[in-house]
Amino acid sequence: MEKKIYVDQGSRIVNPIHFDQNFCTGCNRCVEACQVDVFIPNPERKKTPIVLYPTECWYCGCCVMECPNPNAIRLNPPLMNQIYWKRK
Amino acid sequence: MRELEWAYPLRWDEVKEVSTDVLILGGGIAGCWAAIAAAKKGLKTILVEKGATIRSGAGGSGCDHWESAATNPCSRVTPEELTMAMIKDHNGYNNGISHYIECREGYDRLLDLERMGGKIRDTENEFVGAEFRDEKTQFLFSYDYENRFTLRVWGTTFKPALYKECKRLGVEIYDRVMATSLITDVNKQQTKVLGATGVNGRTGQFFVFKSKATILCMARPTRIWLFSLGLPGISEFRPLQCMGDGHAMAWKAGVEFTMMEKSLRGQWSGERSYPPYGTGNTHNTWYACSMVDADGKEIPWIDRDGNILKSVSQRYRPSPGQKFFLKGGGESEFPLYEYQGPDTLPIENLLQNGYKLPFYADLPSMPLHERNVIWNVMVAQEGKSRIPIFQRYKEAGFNPEKDLLQSYGEGWTSASFLPRERQLFGIPGGIVNDWNLKTNLEGLYAAGDQLFASDCNGHAAATGYYAGRHAADYAIQTSQSNLNDQQVEFERRRVKSLTNKSEGIGWKEFNLAITRIMQNYCGEIKSRELLNIGLKLLENLETIEVPKLYVRNPHELIRSLEVINILINAKLIINSCLVRKASSKHLHFIRSDYPEMDPIEWHKFITVKLENNKNNKVKVGALPIDYYSSLKENYEIYNEDYIKKRII
Ligand SMILES: Cc1cc2nc3c(=O)[nH]c(=O)nc-3n(C[C@H](O)[C@H](O)[C@H](O)COP(=O)(O)OP(=O)(O)OC[C@H]3O[C@@H](n4cnc5c(N)ncnc54)[C@H](O)[C@@H]3O)c2cc1C
Ligand code: SF4
Ligand code: SF4
Repeated sequence: MEKKIYVDQGSRIVNPIHFDQNFCTGCNRCVEACQVDVFIPNPERKKTPIVLYPTECWYCGCCVMECPNPNAIRLNPPLMNQIYWKRK
Repeated sequence: MRELEWAYPLRWDEVKEVSTDVLILGGGIAGCWAAIAAAKKGLKTILVEKGATIRSGAGGSGCDHWESAATNPCSRVTPEELTMAMIKDHNGYNNGISHYIECREGYDRLLDLERMGGKIRDTENEFVGAEFRDEKTQFLFSYDYENRFTLRVWGTTFKPALYKECKRLGVEIYDRVMATSLITDVNKQQTKVLGATGVNGRTGQFFVFKSKATILCMARPTRIWLFSLGLPGISEFRPLQCMGDGHAMAWKAGVEFTMMEKSLRGQWSGERSYPPYGTGNTHNTWYACSMVDADGKEIPWIDRDGNILKSVSQRYRPSPGQKFFLKGGGESEFPLYEYQGPDTLPIENLLQNGYKLPFYADLPSMPLHERNVIWNVMVAQEGKSRIPIFQRYKEAGFNPEKDLLQSYGEGWTSASFLPRERQLFGIPGGIVNDWNLKTNLEGLYAAGDQLFASDCNGHAAATGYYAGRHAADYAIQTSQSNLNDQQVEFERRRVKSLTNKSEGIGWKEFNLAITRIMQNYCGEIKSRELLNIGLKLLENLETIEVPKLYVRNPHELIRSLEVINILINAKLIINSCLVRKASSKHLHFIRSDYPEMDPIEWHKFITVKLENNKNNKVKVGALPIDYYSSLKENYEIYNEDYIKKRII
């Protein structure tokens, strides 16, 4: 196998993680906390990480819990999992 | 579509060899505790974790209940009473040794966690005066408020605290490294484990870990019957990469297993159900929340005799004449009257009596402290709940003081599965252990959810620590042996072979094929004919399709090695099903060719292992249902040092 390999993100079946570039400092703490290894660091330093394997996300929220900057990263549970509630 | 250069250096052809006294495979709850115990004894300790130790494993994101803390100062049950209750509730099919360790030492681990920075008490005095609070210790209890052996805890703090403690004690952590095989010495009378191999999921680098003692902490198999092509990450209740590598490598090395014939109709799968703990229900995290029907009519709670309970408080108390109860709604699927807790009226009964769907959890009507503890502590601290449920629902406008949360599916599980869609759930099978938590192989120990009949964070913590100290004691009096180079080279080539192709089949298609075979041939109703066809089809997959698996980077290499292990686990399960020639209620095991339920001669643990020296034949054995014998006496014989230290 070559030294340099290329990967594609495939079709976006789900979009579990959303970064806000205004708040994210590209520190990669979320990348290092994800046990499934859903992300890779951005090749450009200090830029938001890349969600490389979105469909492998377990939706645990650990990446959000470990992020030092509120609002930099957001977890979006799959749309089909929206729960209904009503005012009593 | 976007093309990216691989983000990490590629080291496909590099091999790194390291030696250690104690090697721990799997850095979840059990693995971290095992590492802490071994390192505290002053031994060189290596922890190999496929993900990221800081948050890895089923318990990495949180935990709201610490169960079976029978030695906490408020408990009114003894470790012996509690363990025996758990054993009886499963008709004997339970791990007496590991659950006794949980009951004896689980509370000690909780106190350790507090010293490491974990939160275990209501130090802010938010719940002063609540009937589940002990004012002196500031502990909060759940389920049985009179007997007080299960604590409510702030488990989102636990895993980072364990990680920090491992680092403080000098444990050498190898994150992102998947253990791929055990290295053994089969020439001796008894197979001895000499270490393990691994591969890095970012760089492809190969590792050889030489050890004096090795501990398996890689939890249990998943993705055997359930797999989602679209959303593989939520195929199961557990994280994607926690799929049972540990069972597969142990099986190949000749480790003995039991109860692997047990599987339950599916209960959780993210694609098929709603997020655990995120729907209106009355169990676990939500115990004992009030429920109402579509018209707002309250759903009655009953005690074990069917008497309607008049107050919320009664849901947390044993019935008249009952000493204590295990979890509300029962510990097992078939709760024994003696330990049965309060529950709501069964759903069929409610529908017959005019209650209208859908039902809702009615937090607003709960007494203030109960509402706050369910929402602000339990939901906020439970695994996989803090961000996706507690935080996201709040942002979307859910107000626990005002809103009714809908319930979905059967029995409050928020899902309904077909009988053939199965899972290893509710204390499933696993590795057989002795009183040292040693396996049948020399130098090899196991802890946590890799043990048979295991569950829970407290159990993983207690058995992890226990295995860590016993493995360390063994390592101290043993010396390192030379590895069999051929074995290591064989494994390196096996791993490498997946990377040499430019086309083939992907891991997802392979996983789906396994689940289809298992649903068809090892579903709810089993027979020799069905199982044999299933085994044959799995073997075909192994010989014909495994060589076609192809990967484009180290991440995909890990995923492909995983599905090969899933196939091995599926074979282990079918082999176990073939050798129990009787049906069993508590094992959820139905054989159409042996329909008699639980004949007395089959009331025992059937064990299986591969005989490495004999052409990999499956060797069948049996253990008496109470093989652990006297709990207290045995524990005290094997743990003199620990008991002495606690008293000092
Ligand atoms: C959502 C959720 C909520 C839960 N809530 C509670 C609760 O409130 N109370 C409670 O008592 N229990 C709870 N549990 C159960 C509890 O988390 C588990 O019983 C416990 O984590 C088991 O510990 P373990 O160490 O055996 O396995 P895990 O903690 O799952 O750790 C296994 C580790 O092995 C690693 N691994 C796997 N394969 C390999 C390999 N080949 N090489 C290297 N590493 C590998 C994994 O990455 C993982 O880190 C919950 C579980 C879930 C999923
Ligand atoms: S939610 Fe969990 S699995 Fe998903 S990206 Fe974040 S840390 Fe990884
Ligand atoms: S989202 Fe947070 S943790 Fe991740 S890179 Fe950005 S700032 Fe760091």
